[in-house]
Amino acid sequence: MILTLALRELRSLFLSPLAWSILAIVQFLLGYLFLGQVDLYLQVQAQLNTMQNPPGLTELVISPVFSNAAIILLLIIPLLTMRLIAEEKRNQTLALLLSAPINMTDIILGKYLGVMAFIFINLFFIALMPISILSGGNLDIGMIISGFIALILLLASFTAAGVYMSTITSQPTIAAVGTFGLLLLLWVIDWAVNINHGQATELTQYLSILKHYQPLINGVFKSSDVIYYLLFITTFLALSIRRLHADRLQH
Amino acid sequence: MPLQQAEKNTPDAQNSPHETLVSVRNVSRYYGKNKVVSNISFEVKRGEVLGLLGPNGAGKSTTMQMITGNLAASEGQICINNFDILDEPKNAKRHLGYLPEQPPVYKELSVDEYLIHCAKIHRIGRRHQKDAMNLAKKRCGLKQMGRRLIGNLSKGYQQRVGIAQAIIHSPPVIVLDEPTVGLDPIQIREIRTLIRELGQDHSIILSSHILPEITATCDRVLIINHGKIMVSESIDGIQQRIQSSSLLVAFNDAPTNLQLCDFKGVSNADEISPGRFRLHHNPEIDPSEDIVQQSVKNNWRLTEITPEKLSLEEIFVDITCTEAEENVEEKDEEPA
Repeated sequence: MILTLALRELRSLFLSPLAWSILAIVQFLLGYLFLGQVDLYLQVQAQLNTMQNPPGLTELVISPVFSNAAIILLLIIPLLTMRLIAEEKRNQTLALLLSAPINMTDIILGKYLGVMAFIFINLFFIALMPISILSGGNLDIGMIISGFIALILLLASFTAAGVYMSTITSQPTIAAVGTFGLLLLLWVIDWAVNINHGQATELTQYLSILKHYQPLINGVFKSSDVIYYLLFITTFLALSIRRLHADRLQH
Repeated sequence: MPLQQAEKNTPDAQNSPHETLVSVRNVSRYYGKNKVVSNISFEVKRGEVLGLLGPNGAGKSTTMQMITGNLAASEGQICINNFDILDEPKNAKRHLGYLPEQPPVYKELSVDEYLIHCAKIHRIGRRHQKDAMNLAKKRCGLKQMGRRLIGNLSKGYQQRVGIAQAIIHSPPVIVLDEPTVGLDPIQIREIRTLIRELGQDHSIILSSHILPEITATCDRVLIINHGKIMVSESIDGIQQRIQSSSLLVAFNDAPTNLQLCDFKGVSNADEISPGRFRLHHNPEIDPSEDIVQQSVKNNWRLTEITPEKLSLEEIFVDITCTEAEENVEEKDEEPA
């Protein structure tokens, strides 16, 4: 049942120009930045050879792809998730799902996985960039895999937050703005806090999405970072399911 | 007792023609402090078409949303085919088809794609999905529309797609919220025939504020106003209410009021204009024959005698308006 709902969500995405244009624009931007990095690497290659412990090809060319992808998709994902529930509420099509023999959990997971499937398609195209380098150079495969796991976890978290925002309103645009605000806040949450406030810094650093992402794409694989993302995803999905239940009770 | 329970579980007993498919017990619903539906109870049996009738905002849609599990009742219990809609939603909803006020259609899909999707989420097996879709399309007159995008269809056709969606898994209980809104007169007739046809072996609950529609399709009517059931009666009972209980008479040489009141069964006589009277009488005694005879005898020169029929509309207005006035008075007393 979850699969049926996920497939319909994915289908609907591709029936509108939105999915195609997102794929095209993300690919164009990342490709442009990627070429810039390759170019930079070629320029400094001679100097790197004279250094004693030079940064590798992966660190110079591939890691920035992950950083850039995270920022670009931070802007894009709210647009993908905003319609999930909010639009169904607005067009009053949610009744179809609510009066069919389906759980609320199935509805949320179905929609979530539908968007995740689209994100995996997007990731496949992003993965083509490192693969293209493999044909002519040596890369640190472990680091790339760690980077991809990080990116998947990060985007899965973004999507979960987006699904939740979409359940609390019937206006897709508000859902998008809300998701964007929330994600950006979590992105920069540790920037504003003064370094001297010991405990506050610790908390904000733990909450910061970026602080858990950076080590992973640099090849430092800590299970606590992975757990952070898994907690983030479960929390927001559970909140979304609760929210759908609550909608039936009182207004 | 154990024997009875065993009987209940046999398939024969489940398909007995007059089992209760929908039971609503003491159900209320609040929106904030506003009580929209208050303490309503009714049952629908297999093969029965129940009409919910009421003015806008009477609580018809809310009731239907509660029956279909889209809203939870604040108080009371609703069972579909003996499954509680809140405790066992999956089992209850398996027996349910629902057309909300707005047909819940995805405009970016074609009719076929949409109906197949509906068949899937109602758990129709892969092999039967196509047949189910074709039957639903045939029943709702959508045969030619399969490849069209729902978003490009007219309101009437979207409504039909909505109905097709509600009956595709041929559920025992079908709930239709204003099914004929936006349809043209020919379509309305087709849909009414369809409802009658479906009503033979399904339970149907439909709402409307159009009275002839209810008389044309339903076996029983609930008139709802301000969230309360005002009248719950079979169509025959309603028809009896429609029977005349007043006569319009006119004479060229009129008798007095008193003389008219003397007729058997007549309770009073109002003079509408000189020589023209409205006689209120006991519905079981028809005084018209007496009046004609007396008129000839006394040379009153009777020129008109018409039995006045109350239409369902008048009964409806009568019930809903008196209630509304009472409520207005009640509200006035409350501090604003």
